[in-house]
Amino acid sequence: MPDISIFMDYFGIYMKGFSNTIWASVIALLGSFALGTIIAVFRISSVKPLRWIGTAYVEFVRNIPLLLVVFVFYYGLPSLGVTLSGFVCGTVGLMVYTASFVAEAIRAGIMSIPSGQTEAARASGLTYMQTMRHVVLPQAIKIVIPPLSNQFINLVKNSSILGVFAGFDLMYYGDQVASKTYATFDTYIFVAALYLVLTLPLSFAALQLERRLAKNG
Amino acid sequence: MKKRSWMTLGIVLAFLATALLTGCSSKEGGEGNDANGDSPSKAGSALSGIKSRGKLVVGVKYDTKLFGLKDPASGNVEGFDVDIAKALAKEILGDDTKIELKEVTSKTRIPMLNNNDIDMIVATMTITEERKKEVDFSDVYFKAGQSLLVKKGSPIKSINDIKKGTKVLAVKGSTSVDNIKAKVPDATILEFDNYQDAFNALKAGQGDTLTTDNAILYGMAVQDPNYEVVGEPFTDEPYGIAIKKGATDLLNSVNEGLKKLHDSGEYDKIYEKWIGKGE
Repeated sequence: MPDISIFMDYFGIYMKGFSNTIWASVIALLGSFALGTIIAVFRISSVKPLRWIGTAYVEFVRNIPLLLVVFVFYYGLPSLGVTLSGFVCGTVGLMVYTASFVAEAIRAGIMSIPSGQTEAARASGLTYMQTMRHVVLPQAIKIVIPPLSNQFINLVKNSSILGVFAGFDLMYYGDQVASKTYATFDTYIFVAALYLVLTLPLSFAALQLERRLAKNG
Repeated sequence: MKKRSWMTLGIVLAFLATALLTGCSSKEGGEGNDANGDSPSKAGSALSGIKSRGKLVVGVKYDTKLFGLKDPASGNVEGFDVDIAKALAKEILGDDTKIELKEVTSKTRIPMLNNNDIDMIVATMTITEERKKEVDFSDVYFKAGQSLLVKKGSPIKSINDIKKGTKVLAVKGSTSVDNIKAKVPDATILEFDNYQDAFNALKAGQGDTLTTDNAILYGMAVQDPNYEVVGEPFTDEPYGIAIKKGATDLLNSVNEGLKKLHDSGEYDKIYEKWIGKGE
């Protein structure tokens, strides 16, 4: 049974980290969703250079470790004269990294709609945007939600990368508490519990959304 | 069929054994805090355990220039702490090759010692009252003090130049953080997992100064001459060798070993080899 007094004694520190983890996760989640959607649109675009950019982005970013993505922002950018804090670098890095996975999930969803539907929609006079909005996307979104929620849960957990770059997140303060109390195991049990407080509702919400869309479909 | 049931039995037994073992070890960890009960008998075997094993297992740093650094080319771990540990292995076991080095960080070293992963910690570890509650310390084997590393030409010349908003870089779990917080409560402190990351952050301009024990800072200044140690050390931080609480015989033989190293001049040789260069 973990020693609850550790959590009580360092409650303020835990909460400081917890709120920063929430901020980093929310910002990176919204950002990666927006960026990932743009990249996905690039990847399926009929304009070749856009497709190249999209593919290059996805293949480059998702195939290197997140740690190194943030590393570039934190240690690399200063040599170009741009110095950003650990929190900003961690959050932006997380956003850029997750966007590549989000893009793939969205692309897969769109691609799973038979091209015959698009052709039929275009033949009946809808523009490309209208076809997307009224025919493809409403169907694709249902397919996309499970993998997308996976990515967002990963994102919340991956936000622990901030701890490595003095980003004042939950893991950063968890390390501090652990090194003060020497109760390594107990300290991180509470860190894990706080991550669950964020990820479990996210899982649950995704499931609910999935169900609701299935009904309306 | 018969063979299979024997296998099943074996697997079940293996599980039981694992459960029993983990049960025991976690129990041991729980009792570690009020050690007086049964540990002297257990601790009394610490030295003989090492002798019968024929090998001293020592936790050292792998990332700390001059004290314990793994050379990526050769794979060897070298430094002041490593040489002290080897010299102690020679005193205790009669042979300085009868040693196994394990990597520790400021964060992992005490849990590893208390888990019996290592026999002792020789890893730039400052003797503090709080740590004395967790482990036993040998006599002081190195007198360090906290200082500041800055880029040459920095306006920071001493601890007095650290003001509100000055970004001070340090390593998680080190006493340096508490010290700087006590001296300059409103400085911004950024903590990293190890010295290399903290030094990289200083180089990248993520902070104004890096603070830790002077000996470690000298090592960084040797590594990159664009950086220098400024000001007098503002703390007195003696390094000690940490040993699991209650292992009195091991502690005694470590202290005897240290004394012999001082008497024979071996200590001075090791000191000159590593620290002399950084000064």
